[in-house]
Amino acid sequence: MCGLALVTGMEPRAPLILHMEGVSKRYGGVRALENADLAISTGRIHAILGENGAGKSTLIKILSGVVRPDTGRIVLDGAEVAFDSPAAANRAGIVCIFQELSLVPDLSVADNIAISNPPRRFGLIDRRVQRRIAEDALARAGASDIHPMALVKDLALSRRQMVEIAKALAREPRILILDEATSALTAADVTKVFVVLKRLRDEGLALIYISHRMHEIAELADECTVFRNGSNVASYVAGTKSDDEVVEMMIGRELSHVFPAKPPPPETAATPLIEVKHLNWADRLRDISFHAHAGEVVGLGGLDGQGQRELLLALFGVLRGVTGEIRVSGAPVAPSSPNAAKSAAIGMALIPEDRKTEGLMLPMSLRDNLSFAALERISRRGVIDHARETELVGDMIDLLAIRASGTDIPAGALSGGNQQKVVIAKWLMAEPRIILLNDPTRGIDVATKQEIYQLLRRLADSGAAIIFYTTDYSELIGCCDRALVLYDGAIKRVLVGEDITERALISSALNIADDADDASSRARLQ
Amino acid sequence: MSVRAQAKISDGLLKRVDRPVVIAFACIVALLLVGSLYSRSFLSPEYLLQQLKVASFLGVIATGTMIVILLGQIDLSVPWVVAVGGMMSTAATGWGPAGEALAIPFGIACGVALGLVNGFGVAYLRIPSMIITLAVNAVAQGLMVVHTGGFSPQDSSSPAMRTLATGDLVFGLPNALIVWAVVGAGTIFLLNRTTFGRAVYGIGNRERAAYLSGIDTQRIVLIAFAIAGGLSAFGGVLLAGYASKAAQAMGDAYLLPAIASVVLGGASILGGRGSYFGTIAGVILITLLQSILSVVQMPEAGRQIIYGVVIIAMLLLYGRESRTR
Amino acid sequence: MNDWRYVFSQNRATLLAFVFFVVMFAIYSTNHPAGFSANVVQTAANKGVLLALVAMAQTFVVITAGIDLSVGAMFVLTNCLASWIVVGTAWTAALGVAGVLLTGLACGAVNGLIVIVGRLQPIVATIATGAVFFGLALVLRPTPGGDVYSPLADALTGRVFGVLPASLLALAAVVLIVWVPYRRSIIGRAAYAVGSSEQAAFMSGVPVDLAKFCAYVLSGLAASMAGLFLTFVTYSGEASAANGGTYTLYSIAAVVLGGVSLYGGSGSAIGAIFGALMFRTIGDLLFVFNLDPLWQPLFQGLVLLAAICVGAARLFQVRNRLELFE
Repeated sequence: MCGLALVTGMEPRAPLILHMEGVSKRYGGVRALENADLAISTGRIHAILGENGAGKSTLIKILSGVVRPDTGRIVLDGAEVAFDSPAAANRAGIVCIFQELSLVPDLSVADNIAISNPPRRFGLIDRRVQRRIAEDALARAGASDIHPMALVKDLALSRRQMVEIAKALAREPRILILDEATSALTAADVTKVFVVLKRLRDEGLALIYISHRMHEIAELADECTVFRNGSNVASYVAGTKSDDEVVEMMIGRELSHVFPAKPPPPETAATPLIEVKHLNWADRLRDISFHAHAGEVVGLGGLDGQGQRELLLALFGVLRGVTGEIRVSGAPVAPSSPNAAKSAAIGMALIPEDRKTEGLMLPMSLRDNLSFAALERISRRGVIDHARETELVGDMIDLLAIRASGTDIPAGALSGGNQQKVVIAKWLMAEPRIILLNDPTRGIDVATKQEIYQLLRRLADSGAAIIFYTTDYSELIGCCDRALVLYDGAIKRVLVGEDITERALISSALNIADDADDASSRARLQ
Repeated sequence: MSVRAQAKISDGLLKRVDRPVVIAFACIVALLLVGSLYSRSFLSPEYLLQQLKVASFLGVIATGTMIVILLGQIDLSVPWVVAVGGMMSTAATGWGPAGEALAIPFGIACGVALGLVNGFGVAYLRIPSMIITLAVNAVAQGLMVVHTGGFSPQDSSSPAMRTLATGDLVFGLPNALIVWAVVGAGTIFLLNRTTFGRAVYGIGNRERAAYLSGIDTQRIVLIAFAIAGGLSAFGGVLLAGYASKAAQAMGDAYLLPAIASVVLGGASILGGRGSYFGTIAGVILITLLQSILSVVQMPEAGRQIIYGVVIIAMLLLYGRESRTR
Repeated sequence: MNDWRYVFSQNRATLLAFVFFVVMFAIYSTNHPAGFSANVVQTAANKGVLLALVAMAQTFVVITAGIDLSVGAMFVLTNCLASWIVVGTAWTAALGVAGVLLTGLACGAVNGLIVIVGRLQPIVATIATGAVFFGLALVLRPTPGGDVYSPLADALTGRVFGVLPASLLALAAVVLIVWVPYRRSIIGRAAYAVGSSEQAAFMSGVPVDLAKFCAYVLSGLAASMAGLFLTFVTYSGEASAANGGTYTLYSIAAVVLGGVSLYGGSGSAIGAIFGALMFRTIGDLLFVFNLDPLWQPLFQGLVLLAAICVGAARLFQVRNRLELFE
């Protein structure tokens, strides 16, 4: 269909239902969106691509009324609009399915689907009609197996995502936005959802689809837009650009990321600093085995949610019921808590996923936050030595070039990049040997990212082993000596040195080796 | 100037005094001035010292309450742990010379034991503190009812207890006040200068981040509740010393004032924020308020109403949550 | 067929509370010296309904993830008020009843406004309002006294058809008229949504503030019904601080025993009612087994402690310890 359009070039332009122009949004020092524009037509599926931090989620939040833009216009049906809440956007016919689900866990599926505008009888909720609405919506979404009376909290994540889709459909949208809405779905679900989405498109709905998954976009999209650094870099008809070209547009060849030089690989005869064998947990980690030497930077790649986070948590002692073997410098260890993982015998550190809720105590001072993981070093028998603390805190601030007006200011007042530096500095004060990082440069400005890359290499050079998970391909390529690509909880591929390329990373992340492999692994997933 | 140099100048033990503490102390002064309009004796040293002495009992109890609130929890077992402290110490006094000598530590130890039950439930069983402390309160009450046979306890306090609560050994200052001062100094030290205190603030601010930073959060919570139990019981010991014996339900009148003192002193009920100076101010404020109301012979009804209105008014001044959206 | 499975699993906690209560009450009445007589049941019912109504009041607020420490004070206040105005002729008594209930609504509204508009934390706000309500109670009844319209009082504390305690029927009526419609209303569902996940509720356009406000108002209403009933039972009004404090704390215990989550979002007032009845029966059980009444408070406390600890057993299933923290 699209090829035909390209060839003839005479297919009438589908009517524009929405367009955005000159939209900008800043969060503190970070420019999330910079003069962005977008044109959406009815009866089309429009895919938006871009790496993390490119501005996609901010764009969606603005369109769906969760945040207001600093500048720019949104024009819907020819009239300018401004939404001050999700409800307002819904009323205008824009419905968004977010990645963080908006479902209420303790209510039933039917309650959730009809939560905004439930059917009424004598002033009370008409449960029978509500149930019918829910069943209809679930059927439209291709999820009739979900019982409308089930509680959302009892459903698996993939089922919850289907309920979220049904809920959106029940609102009779004119523009439907799906933000990574298929990330938790099984392959079978994805197929069903695609059938539904295509049918909706044929009925005249405008769909905006955000995803990292190239094969999904190839199958679904009519038009594509690539975002990078907050702006629209290119818009094109789907199928007219190769994967390589798209990746290039996403990452940007004029790389402002400068990566430090990588040293030659260490002698393999030396005992690895950390060795993991046959690690299993629930059904999220399957038979993971790998090792890392002192001085090595090992990256974890793959799509979001394939077990990378769980692996780091398992190493750090947060998960219960982990089986398998972990050895540090040859000696077997079994950390049962972060407190144990931090101990001198193991020497691990974890820079967590969400710095605001897991890495820092925002109301506490910079100084208190910095010394929080190394209280033993600044105290003697439980009593804090303030002089020593000031000294070490000063050292860390200098080392990481943390920009702050004083050590007493609350951590919440720092910029995102500085906050992340504080989290890293906090752990460095504990003098760890194995440093685990969970997506450390997410939402950070470019300059700080560079500083962090330099720091990681310096730390590796001084003898630490670094294991870090990132969703940014360029970081895996630029920083890591080795990259482990995870898929469905297992290590799909190990790439070393020069072999770490975008092509290799993306194809193993998407589980595409070649077509035959692709089909059989998809079948395996069902 | 580099961050480092600035840090050296601005850091010190006494950090910037925060707003709620200032307001609380200002209210104390205001109360005294208002009271002095009624009678000049409100500003006399004797009256002030008397107030401080009475405040000391609440002060010791509120200290334990504060530590638990800093964690983001609450201790509703105060009423009967106080009673346990009073009754067990007086009971021990009656068990011979060894008992008399150890009466005070024994009373406190009973409180610590109950506090450990609280702490275990909250830290290891993850039971909401409101409900486990409520249950422990009920159990403590049950134990004391059995112990006293339902009657008023007849044991008397040891001489040591009485001296501690009523005497004035040093420069005419009431011993009770000195006891509070010592407890207070210890608490200030604990909260500001030890890793334990730092961990308490961290846990109260964001337990998840504290846990992920490698803090043994469970042990800290356990110890904090144990300390609170010990301090509540110690308060009971002092009260028994003051009255020369324990009494049924002697702790009931201390739960809400303890919580109110801590909150009026600027501590957030959600945890992670608050300085001990604020609690001191809150305790004195509550004590003064209660005293002035009784001196002007305000009937109990009016006292309760004014008490409640004052708390709400002051919280509206500085205890409001920020707009989340 | 499938539906029943869901109904069952969602109301599991309430059903458990019901079962435990029935078992306890059966033990109690079969061992009672007077046997399973109508009299025994009536006395137990009258005492139980008091706590049940206060527990219901607490439930409204707890569902929204709040807490109301002034329920006991509202209970006492409305008791004292009723002893003044629910007197005289049938007409004035009826007006008096209306006045008492309106007072409950007003008290609840005050709580709601302070928590929502004032943005104060419920724990401290309701401690303070509780003091104010209690003070007002003392103004009304510095010493116990008063009277009540006897025909109504006797009717509601007596028996219907010679067997059924009227108080239970009244309680059932309150549940049917207040709780069940609330649960099925938009505002009621909004309350559950707010308690379960305030963020998701907001993003779904649920009226968060209105739901919380109504919860506090209804709490006041239920507490006033309890106060009214107390007046019917005791024929007087008494501003007892001990009573107020006890009922507040017991209401929390009843709510937890009844399977309502203190974190909000789940549970039912019906469960809380059975939790309250259970709690009452525990004490009576001791009397029946000729155990020294001295041991009653301890027994009550230990049972509560055990029940809570058992409820915590589910945490052993947690595989990711981060889920234990908020």
